[in-house]
Amino acid sequence: MTMQTTSLAPAERAVRVLGGDLTERSLRQYLEGLSGVDAVGLEQRAAGLATRSIKTSSKAWALDRIIELIDLTTLEGADTPGKVRSLVAKALTPDASDPSTPRVAAVCVYGDMVPYAVEALGSAHGDPDDGLVSVAAVATAFPSGRASLAVKLADTRDAVAAGADEIDMVIDRGAFLSGRHGKVFEEIVAVKEACRRDDGSYASLKVILETGELNTYDNVRRASWLSILAGGDFIKTSTGKVSPAATLPVTLLMLEVVRDWHRLTGEYVGVKPAGGIRASKDAVRYLVTVAETVGEQWLQPHLFRFGASSLLNDVLLQRQKLRTGRYSGPDYVTID
Amino acid sequence: MSRLSIPKTYKLYIGGKFPRSESGRSYEITGADGAFLANASLASRKDARDAVVAARAAVSGWAGATAYNRGQVLYRVAEVLEGRRAQFVEELRASEGLTAAEAARQVDETIDTWVWYAGWADKFVQVAGAGNPVAGPFFNLSVPEPTGVVAIVAPQGEGSLLGLVRVVAPALVAGNAVVVVADERHPLSAISLAEVLATSDVPGGVVNVLTGSPAEIVPWLASHADVNALDLTGAGELEWVDLEIAAAETLKRVLRPEPGVPAATLDRILAFTETKTVWHTKSLI
Repeated sequence: MTMQTTSLAPAERAVRVLGGDLTERSLRQYLEGLSGVDAVGLEQRAAGLATRSIKTSSKAWALDRIIELIDLTTLEGADTPGKVRSLVAKALTPDASDPSTPRVAAVCVYGDMVPYAVEALGSAHGDPDDGLVSVAAVATAFPSGRASLAVKLADTRDAVAAGADEIDMVIDRGAFLSGRHGKVFEEIVAVKEACRRDDGSYASLKVILETGELNTYDNVRRASWLSILAGGDFIKTSTGKVSPAATLPVTLLMLEVVRDWHRLTGEYVGVKPAGGIRASKDAVRYLVTVAETVGEQWLQPHLFRFGASSLLNDVLLQRQKLRTGRYSGPDYVTID
Repeated sequence: MSRLSIPKTYKLYIGGKFPRSESGRSYEITGADGAFLANASLASRKDARDAVVAARAAVSGWAGATAYNRGQVLYRVAEVLEGRRAQFVEELRASEGLTAAEAARQVDETIDTWVWYAGWADKFVQVAGAGNPVAGPFFNLSVPEPTGVVAIVAPQGEGSLLGLVRVVAPALVAGNAVVVVADERHPLSAISLAEVLATSDVPGGVVNVLTGSPAEIVPWLASHADVNALDLTGAGELEWVDLEIAAAETLKRVLRPEPGVPAATLDRILAFTETKTVWHTKSLI
């Protein structure tokens, strides 16, 4: 078949792993050669990790770290510049009653809201590793991804030009599920190129797999490898618009891929579970899973993020409980 | 052939469900004669927290129901209670050592209390609200609204069923959601009442029943920032001044301890309401 021998854009990682003659066929052979996922074992492992009890000083550490790893998100059709400004205010000062509260890693908005986020952040805009807050933008016809490549690339370039530090792109799930892995691959490579700034640096690229639409763990594993091979800096579970969104087993599986990639090449790829993580308790389980799967060095903003909006308030309530010794309530955090 | 008796393990009532204590603890309930009656869950502070979360979630629906509807639902509780009269009489006799006549009298009074308070649901606003005279072309209306989540320490000691209902029912009338810590030594009627509530039309979470040690649980409820009012009726034996101080920290309404079974009064309904006053122009053309 002609399609199978179409040669693909030379993503540097893929060339290294698959060899120089990168074709749709060689990519498919590689992805289908990945071993299947033991679903029962995966879910048991995730359930086992979820039973750890994290208390007192470990809990305090975990809560602060969760805040530092949050991509504070608003992705609503009803978003306004004012909503984005209040989101940024919350990102900079999550808890006005306690100045020791750390800042979140990033704010995550639609592409047209990037200028307002950048303006509102002002001098606090920058790398979360330096204690600053970066701006992430969803692009490529988020959340469905149903648009032509030209539109997706224009969407991406717009956001980068407006000052986005990170681009959250969606893969074409329809193409992936119908076996056109090459199309998905090409798009990621093209979007990665569109993340290039005028000075030659790149905005960080998070590839959203939308695991809720991929149906099987095997597909999640293949899509994770595909995204990493194509040049993704992060692999992200979900858009948050599809149920189920992030689950612990899926995140564990993606972390295993990232770990394997690190063993294979020495490179670090990040993971971002997003959607459906609302309680501190759940978030702590994710931290445990990260630490036990890829190691604690992954628990920093350029390697692990939570895509969340209501999670932050729950973490703040828990923090207030630890600080004051009494249970707090929703009256003591902002209504977002 | 003799048959082994099957003592019941009583559980908590939180959010319309009957969970065991999160702590896994339980304690023995003995009758007036010292004989083993049953095991009850020994609630922990986390159960109290879960109960507050459930109550908070239930407030909007219950407070938002029409007053008439709330009255009907409360009346329905009295109906179901009447249907399970024999069980309550039996439990009161076993746990409080009452005679059949005394126990029956307490159950009757309890049912009458529900009916009495149910009747107030769509009437207390007329009594407590007002159209205030003002010097201008405005309607000025004051109406009582529910306070929100009310934590209650049920009377401890004699009259475990009647005392419980005399504190829970009035808080429900206005549309509050309730977390009640039952009589520590006589919790049977509280749990059976929870079964009555679960099988009547009271939405889950509107009433949450904790059994266990008030001395352990109530300080957490008193200081909880998401509790709006604290009824210390049965807290006379506790360090209730400290509880009141803890409650003041988050500006809760507080009812002080009262010995015995409190009387049914309109004041108990109004204790857990907030007055809202609105101005509205008389001429809008």
